[in-house]
Amino acid sequence: MLHTLSIGELAERLADKRISSVELTRHFLARIERLNPGLNAVITLTAEQALESAAAADRRLAAGERGRLLGIPLIHKDIFCTDGVRTSCGSRMLDNFISPYDATIVTKLKAAGAVMLGKANMDEFAMGSSNETSFYGPVKNPWDTSKVPGGSSGGSAAASAARLAPYTTGTDTGGSIRQPAALTGVTGVKPTYGRVSRYGMIAFASSLDQAGVLARSAADAAAVLQVMAGFDPKDSTSVETPVPDYPALLDAPLKGLKIGLLREFFVGLDSRNAALIQDALAVYTSLGADTLEVSLPHLPLSVPTYYVVAPAECSSNLSRFDGVRYGYRCQSPKDLTDLYERSRGEGFGAEVKRRIMTGTYVLSAGYFDAYYLKAQKARRLITDDFRAAFQKVDLLVGPTTPTPAFAIGAKMDDPVTMYLNDIYTIGANLAGLPGISAPCGFIDGLPMGLQLIGPHFSEAKLLSAAHQFQRATDWHARTPGGYE
Amino acid sequence: MSLTRQDVEKIARLARLSITDQEMPVYVTSLSSIVDFVDELARVETGNVEPMAHPLDGLHQRMRPDVVSESDHHEKYQSNAPQVQAGLYVVPRVIE
Repeated sequence: MLHTLSIGELAERLADKRISSVELTRHFLARIERLNPGLNAVITLTAEQALESAAAADRRLAAGERGRLLGIPLIHKDIFCTDGVRTSCGSRMLDNFISPYDATIVTKLKAAGAVMLGKANMDEFAMGSSNETSFYGPVKNPWDTSKVPGGSSGGSAAASAARLAPYTTGTDTGGSIRQPAALTGVTGVKPTYGRVSRYGMIAFASSLDQAGVLARSAADAAAVLQVMAGFDPKDSTSVETPVPDYPALLDAPLKGLKIGLLREFFVGLDSRNAALIQDALAVYTSLGADTLEVSLPHLPLSVPTYYVVAPAECSSNLSRFDGVRYGYRCQSPKDLTDLYERSRGEGFGAEVKRRIMTGTYVLSAGYFDAYYLKAQKARRLITDDFRAAFQKVDLLVGPTTPTPAFAIGAKMDDPVTMYLNDIYTIGANLAGLPGISAPCGFIDGLPMGLQLIGPHFSEAKLLSAAHQFQRATDWHARTPGGYE
Repeated sequence: MSLTRQDVEKIARLARLSITDQEMPVYVTSLSSIVDFVDELARVETGNVEPMAHPLDGLHQRMRPDVVSESDHHEKYQSNAPQVQAGLYVVPRVIE
């Protein structure tokens, strides 16, 4: 069964000609056709283009070329611009938008011979924690289709979990890779801010957004991140730092690794969730790591800080959608202001409008100091707490989410309750830190995630810590019923 | 309610968003609850803390050589526009 194989195993079979990329691509396209109607994870299928890319990859393989991702299919989150293919960002605003160029990560993966099968559903403009704000309807969790997959990379997470592709791309502004990865039982990596190019990734909150990967293991994620990461002159916040060989570093010994248990994450934590994290820590202890408790006193401010900073940046970024140059335009506008107001009012969904208005409010005269400036100061306090913690420990560990996946519709009426889903993930975004979520067990039959957070540019250490946890456990290898 | 209907109408106008009469009460309620929630920040002592705008302190904006790096793609770009005439974007009349 081709969809059960790891990226490494697929690359091996492609290299020794046991399979071709075209066969592999057909296999996954057939799975999407059969299984996606029950999930709504994929909103654009690019079958013809995929088969052409696969044939090209087969020619490169036949010529003796080898690559970790050469000939291997993927699905891109629909936030990444793809030349000639609709790039909707989950919004009515961009329902008719055919991107005229590729995002840098799309270019890089194409060059590596990756085969795009299609585009994944997502919360509108990546604003949501349940994938219910999409213009294309909610995504269902493959573990229980009455439950959400998390968000905003919910389509990517569900597609990876249901084995609709060997891996998917995602973006993480406040937890949008790690939270859905946790709720669907896959491994999600949010790299350091600046590690992966944001060029061609539709902007939500520019000081927080970062692209990453959702895969079925840390080893698979390492192979993908290797290709995605690196300096890009087209992104002014891209960092010029060499990319380590992540796959080669996966087995670096964990002996003596200092793991900090985040005290603030355990306040009021569900006892079953806490038990899973304790079990994971026992695994790390058995691998030779030392654990100690650390405190980040300002961490509880993360959610209110984020819900000032992110909407402020969103209100500015989304001002580009004006109904003039691209995107949705309302019918028969009576003047230019009416054109702007109705194109935006009709083109954006409720959550996006709510965040634009929150951002407009906190940036407006009379409120700027009390909200935006205050939040920027709180952001520094939180970041300084992380810096102090990393003087004492190599990695921080805790749960990815407070609860397992919740029912579709359960939290849509109360934005603040929805925002609290991101309580454990937002800190890393505010401080620009890399984080990873790896499956660590189940509650009521639904997967849960262990979150590891490291200092800036510690992706190699995070991936190796997650990889060695996955060699000692098999949570990441569990497959939802019906998708085996 | 920390925000009134008039407040939200003003915010919507600043944000250039048309909000229907049916939608308005929902936004008044939800935006008020968000504002109440983030008001928690007011209780934090932030005295001399330097505001943080960017997660990677010390990162400076790069300069690039002042050379042409792009060719003219206006036709391709304008193929996404709602209304174009003679290479120009068309909007309702703004000057009488």
